[in-house]
Amino acid sequence: MDHAMTSATSSEFVLTRPATAPLDPPPVYSRLRDEEPITRVSIWEGRLSAWLVTHWEDARAVLGNPAFSSDTSRSGFPTFIEDSRPAPRGFFANYDPPVHTTMRRTLTREFMVKKIDALRPAITDITRELLDEMTGEKGPVDFVERFALPLPSLVICELLGVPYEDHDFFQSHSKVFVDLQSTGEQFTASWEALNSYLLQLLTAKRSKPGDDVLTRLGEHVDTGAVSERDAADLAAFLLFAGHETTANMIALGTITLLQHPDQIPYLLAGPAEAANAVEELLRYLAIVHGGLRRYALEDVRIGDVTIRAGEGVIVPLHVANRDPEAFADPDRLDLGRANARQHVTFGYGIHQCLGQPLARAELQIVLPELFRRLPDLRIDVPLEDITFKQSTTVYGVHELPVTW
Amino acid sequence: MNLKVEVDVPKCVASGQCVMLAPEVFDQRDDDGMVILLDDTPPAELHDAVRESATVCPAAAIRLAES
Repeated sequence: MDHAMTSATSSEFVLTRPATAPLDPPPVYSRLRDEEPITRVSIWEGRLSAWLVTHWEDARAVLGNPAFSSDTSRSGFPTFIEDSRPAPRGFFANYDPPVHTTMRRTLTREFMVKKIDALRPAITDITRELLDEMTGEKGPVDFVERFALPLPSLVICELLGVPYEDHDFFQSHSKVFVDLQSTGEQFTASWEALNSYLLQLLTAKRSKPGDDVLTRLGEHVDTGAVSERDAADLAAFLLFAGHETTANMIALGTITLLQHPDQIPYLLAGPAEAANAVEELLRYLAIVHGGLRRYALEDVRIGDVTIRAGEGVIVPLHVANRDPEAFADPDRLDLGRANARQHVTFGYGIHQCLGQPLARAELQIVLPELFRRLPDLRIDVPLEDITFKQSTTVYGVHELPVTW
Repeated sequence: MNLKVEVDVPKCVASGQCVMLAPEVFDQRDDDGMVILLDDTPPAELHDAVRESATVCPAAAIRLAES
């Protein structure tokens, strides 16, 4: 069956979850996945139609196929907002090869497993210091402000060589990048602000080099691999991606664990169990929930549907991760799930998350430290009083009052 | 059963998943994080981890032949 002509009846793609099930994908997409796994949705208030690909296997088929472009500057590309401006080259997730390859290759060595493993003691120290500070007070405190957000911000600052004192500045601009209410103009202004900030830091590193990514990006500029402007954009991209994602994952992961207290002993059983628990939390939550966006460069058959050249595709990772054909009893959290790692939370294909070893290391350290240190941790309000981020491409909570 | 492993280095995107799953079999080059195959005929106790590495490799850069 070919659905190419059914666009007139498609409904708007939404991110909003019901208040009764804030950790599950919108029920409408779970139903579509089971009934019509590749279907039409509209975006931009109905002005563009795109294919929604909801099965795990089909999601990997799209994301692993170079016939589906990531180049957001193409006319008709299903960008998050209609008023989207061309992304800087350093935001290489929005580019195809060869620009994507050139930009990504300047950073691949920075996120090698052995490099990230060497950071683990520093991540552990930062975690313990933040917990010391937080528990030095009488609760309730805002867990997001005191722990979930500063932790990955401190870590990415350490890795990049960015002074943490500037966190208000880069955190506020990073919020603009994930907010669906942002205009193209606001996006450009935040990008320009971060670019000039990081250009200054790059220049300063030339006279005072450190053992950090900014210093090594400066070396890539010297060899002619990337321009100075690209290097600053690459640093901005890492700074943004390095904290906005993990911060939300720490907060939502904590909420999820508190809702499944019987599974916390598994998390604490040892490093292998903690690693598997993190994979299952990544699968279950898939916080990058705006759907990965692609554009067909040629006609491609996916499942029962021919996606035509020039058509847009949306791959909602959180829906694919709950596909019963890939994961048994998919809506159940099972920290010991044998194939949890097969989730598509970090994407799939050449664009798969570069920072995944860092995200994994942070979560594998932070969550066991937190629950070992604070066995009586609890949310200080009923879950229905928590405000979830409903209009951002990265899902999370704005605040989380906790006591212990 | 024998398991023969091949890696396609130009396809590698340095996600590091194989190194996390089977560090006895896979490593990464220091200069760019691309895959290094340490053992192309790993012992039986590593077969599951190697198969999982091939399944999750985002670039399908790990090929397995079972005999």
